[in-house]
Amino acid sequence: MTIDALLFWIFAALACGGALGVVLASRIVRMAFWLVVSLGSVAALFFLLNAEFLGAAQLLIYVGGTIVILVFGVMLTAGGAAPRLKATPGESLLCIAVAASLFGLCLFTVGSVDWVEVARRQGSISHENRPTAGTVGHGTHALGSALVGFRPAVVTTNKDGQPVKQVVLQTGYLLPFEIISVHLLVVLLGAAYLARPKQRREAGAIAASSGGPA
Amino acid sequence: MVSRKAEVRAAVVPGETLERFFSGWIPPISAFFAAAFVHALLLFHVLAVAPLFYIWLERKVSARIQDRLGPTRTGGRFGWLQTVADGIKLIQKEDLCPGAADSVLFRIAPFMATVAAFMAMVALPVSRGWVAVSLETGAFLILALLSLEVLGIILAGYASGSKWALFGAIREAAQMVSYEIPLAICALVPLLAAGTLNLMEVGEMQSGFFLTRWLIFQNPFCFIAFFVFFTVATASVKRAPFDLAEAESELVAGFHTEYSGLRWSLFFMAEYASMFTVSSIATLLFLGGWWTGFGIEDLLDPLRTWGLGIPVKNFSVGNYLLNLFGCVVFLVKASLLVTVQIWVRWTLPRLRIDQVMTTCLKYLLPMSCVLFLGAAAWPLLLTSTLGRPILFGTPLGDRLGVAVRVTQPELQGDEASAGSIAAPPSPFFIGSRSR
Repeated sequence: MTIDALLFWIFAALACGGALGVVLASRIVRMAFWLVVSLGSVAALFFLLNAEFLGAAQLLIYVGGTIVILVFGVMLTAGGAAPRLKATPGESLLCIAVAASLFGLCLFTVGSVDWVEVARRQGSISHENRPTAGTVGHGTHALGSALVGFRPAVVTTNKDGQPVKQVVLQTGYLLPFEIISVHLLVVLLGAAYLARPKQRREAGAIAASSGGPA
Repeated sequence: MVSRKAEVRAAVVPGETLERFFSGWIPPISAFFAAAFVHALLLFHVLAVAPLFYIWLERKVSARIQDRLGPTRTGGRFGWLQTVADGIKLIQKEDLCPGAADSVLFRIAPFMATVAAFMAMVALPVSRGWVAVSLETGAFLILALLSLEVLGIILAGYASGSKWALFGAIREAAQMVSYEIPLAICALVPLLAAGTLNLMEVGEMQSGFFLTRWLIFQNPFCFIAFFVFFTVATASVKRAPFDLAEAESELVAGFHTEYSGLRWSLFFMAEYASMFTVSSIATLLFLGGWWTGFGIEDLLDPLRTWGLGIPVKNFSVGNYLLNLFGCVVFLVKASLLVTVQIWVRWTLPRLRIDQVMTTCLKYLLPMSCVLFLGAAAWPLLLTSTLGRPILFGTPLGDRLGVAVRVTQPELQGDEASAGSIAAPPSPFFIGSRSR
């Protein structure tokens, strides 16, 4: 067993174990802790795949953002010191049925792919076209350029029977990037509007009747 | 004036990794874990000794500011061993867990905070080639890891089962989460100028003579961004004047009220380690990293090939000593910034929580956004008016030296080419890319 395989099994076990812990825990804040374990292990799996940016983004956004909001929500709306979540047996049965069918669907899809053929096809892509660690550098230069619309790719075309490599510009992701930016701006404005301090009628009436600055 | 020639300097890059060294003797998986253990031990020594020193420094500096002496008995005239004595005292204390507390989370929370604070140093280089994990997106990873400390704090406060702890945790979480935004934006200002997230390259760019090569003098926005970054970083590690979460006069002790003994000392160590980490980041991004700024290293550059091959192939004693000098310079600069943080703590009064949040969201955040915009527009402005992307000196991309590996000839090979320059190494070695 190579070191990559060993580390994969460790973090995969932690990810699945954490997910099980979320489901089986009774106290809500403990569920949040198990979710931290699970999502952190997924980030570790991303690092194992040499996707450093994705792993760091997973840590920053999911563990550092989403779970903090989750725990905040629990703390601010808690009924009691250690709020618990208990499911009735009927609910548990329904959830197990849904989860099992989803799991079966995933297993069936994964099992029906011919992985040997996929590996063969990936191996047949020439070195220039396949992004490897040596060419891309684990970094974000390609992603950043693609987000502003500049995405060069090396393609091998057949010209007069000779394979010729040329650099073509593929469409980048500029339009989706701009759409997402405007979308985020709209969301921020909406949140600011929803969270504004609301004028209360009684306070205005009292201030008017007392006649002067409150 | 601006010179467009890429600067070339020889860098001795050792050809053996620790893992390969160990796998000569033990099976590969054990070699991997042994090498990782050695790296972690080295990093941990820096991170565990730094809080020891800074706690002593805090006691002495705060004492002098308050016109008294501080520890003067333990370990000599200056109380050098006071922190060690405190540590021994804390270790032998009873490990309590309050009855109303969630015992599992109560016990785990200090470790979460400490691990997050220590992990952030894993991608931070302290000298040329001295980094635990060299990443292309190192700066982003450090910012992501620094944001994980909030979870430890929230869980500690919540799981304590005490109202002081809960209030402290909620205030603390709000403060740390809010201050992450201007921290990231201000860290991005010099990274915009540098054009890379790779911290080793950012460090290498600030080499040479003179101080104006440091990124803080790159453009006026970087200059202001240093002070904003330092303020935000002080708030983000919950140091006074932003230390509402552990305000002794208000909340008993905030989120670590119910902690005692070793678990409390872990929080304490995490705080000082975080101070050291953000000071190191500020040093690396703004203050020239491990370069003195007076060109001493350029004068000593030929020494880098001295002592080649002792005791391991492709290891050079001169290179190691010069890197050690750089590491010492880096630590001195980071310690100066920590001293400023200690000084500010004992000089300024504490801010209220609403003042803390107002400062962040109404003042520092718009300020950092304006600085970011300015830093992004600065090279465009210069290019359109003056015709070059930088006011004086070499453009940052050209400053990265082309590292060539100086190899040792094989013993069976020809001795005539001792110390000859070999072909450039793989794209991952620092500075091997010439733009």
